[in-house]
Amino acid sequence: MTTTKSKKITLNAKGIYYKQFNELIRQKVAEGYTDFMLENVNGQRYIGTALDGNLTFEVHGVPGQDMGAFMRGPSIYVRANAQDGIGNTMDDGKIIVDGLAGDVVGYAMRGGNIYIKGDVGYRVGIHMKAYMDHQPVIVVGGKAGDFLGEYMAGGIILLLGMFSGKPDAPISGRSLGTGMHGGVIYVRGKAPIDQLGPGLHAQPADGTDMEAIERIVNDYAKELDLDANEILSEGFEKIRPFSHRPYGNMYVPS
Amino acid sequence: MKAPEKYYDFDKDISGCGIFGVASTERNLISGDMPIAAMACMHDRGNGLGGGFAAYGIYPEHADEYAFHIMCDDKAGVDASEEILRNYCIVHQYEPIPTRKTLAITNAPIVNRYFVTPNNDQNEFSHLGEEDYIVAVVMKINTSVSGAFVFSSGKNMGAFKGVGFPEDIAEFFRLDEYKAYIWTGHNRFPTNTPGWWAGAHPFTILNWSIVHNGEISSYGINRRYLCEHDYLCALMTDTEVVAYELDLFIRKHGLSWEMAAKIFAPPFWDEIERMDKDDKELYTALRTTYGPAMLNGPFAILVADNNRLMGLNDRIKLRPLLVAEKDDMVFMSSEESSIREVCPELDKVWMPKAGEPVIVDIKG
Repeated sequence: MTTTKSKKITLNAKGIYYKQFNELIRQKVAEGYTDFMLENVNGQRYIGTALDGNLTFEVHGVPGQDMGAFMRGPSIYVRANAQDGIGNTMDDGKIIVDGLAGDVVGYAMRGGNIYIKGDVGYRVGIHMKAYMDHQPVIVVGGKAGDFLGEYMAGGIILLLGMFSGKPDAPISGRSLGTGMHGGVIYVRGKAPIDQLGPGLHAQPADGTDMEAIERIVNDYAKELDLDANEILSEGFEKIRPFSHRPYGNMYVPS
Repeated sequence: MKAPEKYYDFDKDISGCGIFGVASTERNLISGDMPIAAMACMHDRGNGLGGGFAAYGIYPEHADEYAFHIMCDDKAGVDASEEILRNYCIVHQYEPIPTRKTLAITNAPIVNRYFVTPNNDQNEFSHLGEEDYIVAVVMKINTSVSGAFVFSSGKNMGAFKGVGFPEDIAEFFRLDEYKAYIWTGHNRFPTNTPGWWAGAHPFTILNWSIVHNGEISSYGINRRYLCEHDYLCALMTDTEVVAYELDLFIRKHGLSWEMAAKIFAPPFWDEIERMDKDDKELYTALRTTYGPAMLNGPFAILVADNNRLMGLNDRIKLRPLLVAEKDDMVFMSSEESSIREVCPELDKVWMPKAGEPVIVDIKG
């Protein structure tokens, strides 16, 4: 096994078109750089997209759409808000956003972790799926818009509702988990029953759930410099489908 | 009023556009450089087939006159549209809209502006109130003069638009030389209708302007509904209906902006079911009365007149919209980066709830 030595570089994105900037990043990866400080990022799309391996990116400024899409392994720390489509179909790695994030975070995500400190937009974690030990995890520190976990097939969404700019909003929007047939959505405090999609129910988290929640919360709190005990000071509920295959009879009745 | 020929055979537009707006609540004037830079940051949301801006507060010396911006394919269009304008209005001043030659903008139409007020001659529109009269003149030019379109008709405001990326359209119209207290901008990505000059955003009528990211699937029924109320859609882009609906609901029917927003994006029936008695009655009546005016399909829109800027999403938020504040300025945009591009430090940033209008009042 080869030991990888970290090799640092700072890249300035100021005024650079996303295509050239991503080409530069990939060139530096090919040259053996592993730790990237990306300065003055503003709206450049596809940062970290489809990159493999043990790489670290610290993004200063607001990255553009589809950051970390199809990514397999790298960690991206965003020291700002993020826009739409981050972690799209991501395979493995970590995305940490020290702010809010837009719509469709972690679309069809199949592995790795996405930690958002604040609020997120609509359709977060839709079509998430898991396979064997590939278990995608999304943690939302604030509140979520409609369709959180819609069509979810696997993985874990943990919704905290704590670090939100929307004090009056419910913890999640309408159609929470609609069409969900696998995976689990954990909600800190009470799950918003009125917002639940059909065929789902909410129950208190049990011992096994709490083990998973604690493990995730500890890592989340460590990455975002938050107090894990405070996050865990409240109970959690889990949202799951009523049955194993809730839509099994929808098109081809048995 | 007759329906336009083959009114059922409409084209519509599906787009993945970019929108940006900024307003100073104190009516401080903002240079055109700001919206231009913000739109350029979202260059890739469009494809070069449409760009445009609306600006409020740009014609203070003509504040009591309607500023008609007219684009014409040729001299014949100019002559015919001018003839109509002079038949129905007093033209106080007219001039070509100042433009720059730029490499990016080719085949531009002839663009002129006229500062007008209605004349008192007897004609088929004499029975109308002043603003209805102006609307009728706009419709007459748009539907009866071949290759001539009025793309702006408000007071102390103007729309500038065409085929090109927004930054190129801004260069063409020299928008860096204008200052306004409200700006909206649009970057177009048309897929269903041709990218043509009059089909670019903003769409305007009187002081109303709208820029839109999305697709109005209900264009057909909206257009037929408007037709019954003497608004004729001539510009082959779905967004045109929103400008006329705003004028109909707010100016003519006296509804509030909030109610107009709730006609565009009404609450779901199950939500209405859970409302208290008064709200239930209100929203049931609104949905029943204005059913054909509801906007179905994905949208994020920015709407303005001389005193307000409003941002609104469709009720399931199928397009992005973000709001930010800094001192007296309120920004609304498809992407936060476009706002940070022109104002790196912000006091507040949030994404509005689907179907809930964000309304900014301008003081004074």
